[in-house]
Amino acid sequence: METYLFYIFSFITVWTVILMILQKNPIASATCLVISFFSLAALFALLNAHFVAVLQILVYAGAIMVLFIFVIMLLNLKKSELMHEKMSRLSFFAIIIGLGLFSFLMMKFFLIPQIFFGEISPSFGTAQEVGQSMFTQYAIPFELIGILLLVGIIGAVLLGRKDTD
Amino acid sequence: MPETLITILKIIIPFAIIFTFVPLLVWLERKGSAYIQDRPGPNRAAVLGIRLGGLIHPIADVVKLIFKEDICPSQANKAYYIAAPFIALSVACVTFMVIPFAAPYTRDGHIFTFQAAQLNVGVLYILAMTSLSVYGIMLAGWSSNNKYALLGGLRSSAQMVSYELAMGLALIPLIMWSGSLRLNDIVTLQTAQVWRWNFIYEPLACIIFIIAAFAETNRTPFDLPEGESELVAGYHVEYSSLKFAMFFMAEYVNMVIASALIVTLFFGGWQIPFLPTEVLRENAQMILNIVLTVSALLAIIIGFFLILKFKKRTYGDKRDYEVIVLGIPAVLAGFTLILFLLFFGKIPLSTTAELWITAILQIGTFLFKTLFMCWVFIWVRWTVPRTRYDQLMNLGWKILLPLAMVNIVITAVRMLLK
Repeated sequence: METYLFYIFSFITVWTVILMILQKNPIASATCLVISFFSLAALFALLNAHFVAVLQILVYAGAIMVLFIFVIMLLNLKKSELMHEKMSRLSFFAIIIGLGLFSFLMMKFFLIPQIFFGEISPSFGTAQEVGQSMFTQYAIPFELIGILLLVGIIGAVLLGRKDTD
Repeated sequence: MPETLITILKIIIPFAIIFTFVPLLVWLERKGSAYIQDRPGPNRAAVLGIRLGGLIHPIADVVKLIFKEDICPSQANKAYYIAAPFIALSVACVTFMVIPFAAPYTRDGHIFTFQAAQLNVGVLYILAMTSLSVYGIMLAGWSSNNKYALLGGLRSSAQMVSYELAMGLALIPLIMWSGSLRLNDIVTLQTAQVWRWNFIYEPLACIIFIIAAFAETNRTPFDLPEGESELVAGYHVEYSSLKFAMFFMAEYVNMVIASALIVTLFFGGWQIPFLPTEVLRENAQMILNIVLTVSALLAIIIGFFLILKFKKRTYGDKRDYEVIVLGIPAVLAGFTLILFLLFFGKIPLSTTAELWITAILQIGTFLFKTLFMCWVFIWVRWTVPRTRYDQLMNLGWKILLPLAMVNIVITAVRMLLK
C-alpha cells in the first residue's frame, strides 16, 4: 500500500513540476507548483515525518505561494507580454549553471546510501526532535539563518518604503 | 473490519455535524439579524403549514439554489473557475478532522479517540489548512475575469496572509503551557475547572486569536473581500447556482471550524464545567437520569406553552394548527420519557454504556459551546460596522502582531517564575 502511494505521489510531484515549467500562464505554473508541494508533503508523511509534511504545506503552500500568486495577480499580465523570449547569451549561462547544480545533486544522491540506511529512531521527524537538534547541535547555523532572514526583511522594507524626504 | 468501519464513521460523522450546522447557522444568522434590527425575520416558508419559526427557510434556499441557472462567464478561465468553489469548500471541511469531540477512553489495552485523525502536530495542521483556504477565494477572484472579483481576491489574500501571523503567534503561549501540539492534550490540560481554562490563563492570546479568526473567516468587521458597498460581492460576483452555494457553505463551514477551534483552545473543548471525566463516568447513571428528566420537563413546558398559543383564524389556513401539531407530540413525548424513567431508571448500566454516555454528554457540551461561539460571530456581524482597508492592515501588523510577540515573552517569564 505504502509503496503504491509512494509511486503515485512521486509521479504527481515530478509531473506537476514539469508542467510548472512548461505552462505559459503564470498562474497555472504557480498552481502546479502548489500541487507538487502537496504531493511532496504526502511523501514526507509517508516517511513518518509529519512535522516536516505540515511545515511544507504551512510555509510553502500556505504562505510563500500565496504571495507569489498575489504578485502575479497584481501584475495581471496580458497575453502578448507572456510570449517566449528568444535564446540569449543569458539563457546559455543559465543552462550551464543548471547542469552544474544537477550534477552536484546527482553526486550527493549517489553518496546518500553510505550515510543513511540505518535504523531510524521512532522520534525521528517529530517536533520535539527537530526543536532539540535546532537549538543544540545546529544552534549556530540556525541563528545565522535567522540573521540572513532579518537582513532580507530589512532590505524589503527599505525597498518598499515611500521616500519621505 | 470493525477497525475500518470505525475509521470510516469517524470521517463521516464530523462531516455530518458540519453540514447540519450550516443550515442551522443560516437560519440563526437570518433570525438573529432580524431580532437585532427589530423585525420578525424569515417566517413564510412552510411545509403543510409547519414553519418551525423559519427553520424551513434553509430548505427553500437550497431548492432555489439548485434550480438557478449555472452561468460561466465567456471570458473566464473555465478550469479554475470550476475548481475554485470545490477548493474553498473541501479545504474548509478537512480542518475539522483533528478536533477532539470527547475524552478518549482506554478499553482492553487500546485507546479509542473521538477525533478522525490523532495527529502529533494537530495545531500546526490546523494552521496549515486555514492558510490554504485563501486559494479558493483567490482563484475564484482571478478566474472570473472581473475587476471587482479580482480586487476581492487580492484583498482576501493580503488580509489572510497578514492575520495568519498573529493567529499563529497567539497560539504559541498555549503550546508553551501544554508542551504538546496535540489538541487533545491541550483540552485535557485545561481540566474541568473553569478558572483553569486558557481564556483565563491567556486572555490576551484569546482576544488576538478571536480577532484573527474573524479576519481569517472573512466575517464582518473584516469582510472586505466581499464588501458589497464597494466591490458588489467581491470574489464571488460571477458565481451563481450551486457554485455560489458552495462558497456560501464554505463561509459557514469556516465559521463553524473557527468556533470549534476557539472552544477547543481557549474554552475547555469537550470539558463539562466542574464535571471531570472520571466523575462523569462514575455517576453516569445519575447524570443521565437528571438530563433526561430535565429534557422531559422542558418538552412538557414548551408543549403546553405552544398549545396555549393556539387561536383559530389568525391566518385562516393550516398554519393555525402548527402550534398544536408541534405542542401535543412534545407533551406526549415528555410524559412518555418520565414514565420510562420511572420504570427503567433504576436498571444499572454496563461499563460500555457509562463510557458512551460520558462521551455523548461531552460531545453535546462541545457542540453547544461551538454553537454559542458561532452565535458570537453572528452577533458581532450585525453589531459592528466594516473596517476600512488601511485600518485592517494597521490592526493586523502594528497592533496584533507585536502584542502576540509580547505575550510570548510574558508567558515565558510567567513560566520561569512559576
